[in-house]
Amino acid sequence: MANKQQTEKMSEAIDHYRRTFLKRLGITSAAAVSATSAHGAWGGKTLGDTFADFFQQHYQRMTPEELRQTLRRIERKVQRQYGASINCTETPPLDGVVFGYALNISKCKGYRDCVEACATENNLAADIRYIHVLELDKGSRNLELADRYYDHETVPVQGKYYLPVQCMQCDNPPCVKACPVGATWKEPDGIVVVDYDWCIGCRYCMSACPYSARFFNWTRPDLPADRINPNTNFLGNRPRPVGVVEKCHFCTQRTRKGQQPACQEACPTGARIFGNLLDPNSEIRYVLENKAVFRLKEDLGTEPKFWYFSDR
Amino acid sequence: MALLLFFRDVLKELWRGPFIYWLWIIFLWTIIAVGGWSYIGQLKNGLVVTNMSNQVSWGFYISNFTFLVGVAAAAVMLVIPAYIFDRKDIRDVVLLGDTMAVTAVLMAMLFVIVDIGRPDRIWHMIPLIGQMNFPASLLAWDVIVLSGYLLLNLGISFYLLFSHYQGREAKLKVYLPFIILAIFWAISIHTVTAFLYSANAGRPFWHNALLAPRFIASAFCSGPALAIIILQLVRRLVGYPVRQSAIDTLAITMTVALQITLFFVLAELFTDFYFEHAHSASARYLFFGLHGAAALTPWIWTALALLVIAVTILMIHPLRQKTLLLNIACVLTVVGVWIEKGMGLVIPGYIPTPLGEIFEYLPNATEVRISLGIWAIGLLTFTLLAKAGMAIERGKLRFRDDIEEQLAGIGNEVEEDSLATTAPLRSGE
Repeated sequence: MANKQQTEKMSEAIDHYRRTFLKRLGITSAAAVSATSAHGAWGGKTLGDTFADFFQQHYQRMTPEELRQTLRRIERKVQRQYGASINCTETPPLDGVVFGYALNISKCKGYRDCVEACATENNLAADIRYIHVLELDKGSRNLELADRYYDHETVPVQGKYYLPVQCMQCDNPPCVKACPVGATWKEPDGIVVVDYDWCIGCRYCMSACPYSARFFNWTRPDLPADRINPNTNFLGNRPRPVGVVEKCHFCTQRTRKGQQPACQEACPTGARIFGNLLDPNSEIRYVLENKAVFRLKEDLGTEPKFWYFSDR
Repeated sequence: MALLLFFRDVLKELWRGPFIYWLWIIFLWTIIAVGGWSYIGQLKNGLVVTNMSNQVSWGFYISNFTFLVGVAAAAVMLVIPAYIFDRKDIRDVVLLGDTMAVTAVLMAMLFVIVDIGRPDRIWHMIPLIGQMNFPASLLAWDVIVLSGYLLLNLGISFYLLFSHYQGREAKLKVYLPFIILAIFWAISIHTVTAFLYSANAGRPFWHNALLAPRFIASAFCSGPALAIIILQLVRRLVGYPVRQSAIDTLAITMTVALQITLFFVLAELFTDFYFEHAHSASARYLFFGLHGAAALTPWIWTALALLVIAVTILMIHPLRQKTLLLNIACVLTVVGVWIEKGMGLVIPGYIPTPLGEIFEYLPNATEVRISLGIWAIGLLTFTLLAKAGMAIERGKLRFRDDIEEQLAGIGNEVEEDSLATTAPLRSGE
């Protein structure tokens, strides 16, 4: 009985997606997709989900109903692929908020707690880290001479300083301009996001980014079920499919609910200051108004919303 | 009816051929099968099977793509003299130029398809059902200009061939506007492909106004060089009448373009190294190695050496007029430009990364196999299109108006070579 209900639900789903797809094509055909094969399993994947995955609409053009179904389908997919049950939600941007980040390089000691907290929070594959901490010789900012894979017994090392780099959430993002299918865009709160299900994996955005802040899933991320963070959202930390680009999104799953990003929370030295640029009383506004700040590669005109400053 | 018979006759023509023709076809299919097998592996496991990385995110595939767009664009070097300067000798072979363009665009598109992570989502780029980020994205521009160029060349070639097949002279009035459009369009495909790179302000090696002129200049070397080789091959192998004056014109074109290309390389070297600065890092990596990493250095110097030898041969008239030496110069030019505009342009753009990381790249066996497969598809496409085209141009394939004769003919042929003709015939009836 349950099986039959499921079958009906699936053929409904197929029909829904088929109809919207045909509508987009401008074709109105009465031919129905046979529902008889709907309980066929493609490696545990139902035909209904397969269809719906294939024809899934761009995030910004989904109806609320389509989005709801998509979120459930993503949860099913993660269950099937990783054996983990997650909760995937939509987290719309908050009104009157534009996020910005400031980092105190004189406080950063190169512990890289932010790097690991980010990886855990955002379900990152083993070969992807959104934050790179560059170890530089004091007296120089020649990035070519930076050590980004330093492996010392203890940090900080005498004579070195540390420069963490991540997506700058540019206000004029070259990656967004580059994308041929509009799979990445700047949200109203200033965060540059990716629709992982719309990205075609051409990697042009990676060439366009002046900060090496975009990463490609060269194979399906290998995530152990017990390490998957179940609190996920659509545009943020849900497990990514193979063959698409991802990037730091200022922890939209947290920050859009009023929390701090994982990297900020993990930093033991208080070097990271994150907040609302539109709020005149925010700490980030204090930093911007009272400290000598600089931005990496400001000359490129990408208007990063990530500032560095120093106490000394 | 004529259209149907056209396709039937073309298929029949492709089915006929000497032993060596079939050997060639089987050879190409073998390579395609090997490449296809590797591609299935890549689809299954993801692009992890290649040597590309988050540091060097485009590699051998896109290098080949870039080179081939140039070859496609260079077909105008036959079209311009044929139609603008009204050169009869070149107009006789201009269809081979169009065929070369069609083949090169097709291969370029295949190289993009094997490079993208989600070929199943390619429809996302189609306007209306998908979403094309036009005019902001240069990649969207590239898709438009390349598909347009493919359609233009297919359309023009088809119109000419179909007219000749029916024993009619093609009307210049009808197709000249499209020829003119195709000339401008050809320049646009390579310009847009160059802009694809020079659009990236974060990659100083590419972000450079000389890139598009360099692309066009080097395309006008490699394209005519390939055309010279191909024209001689069809003259020798199938006895297609190619006049020497056509080859001579191409050789002159190529000589001038190669001189300009080398001048542009010199200009870049001067700018990068007279007063070396941070933005010279990629050029230093390419030509001399950077912090001990120098995987591309032998390649680029080989390319430059080949091009210098080629230009020397080409510039000295008695040498250029010797067939053997001209052919050597052509091969050297094709290989030289393939390195210089392929790997030599794409890879250093990523080394060092915008954050200064030096992570090298050379293609692995999978990438080479898949690429060879695409080259084989290209050679196969060219062989088949050119064979059919030449048969029509030489009057071997002609539409016969006598229906009864046709019908009698159909019966016989089905028995003769069943596989080639039955399938399309049935669908036609």
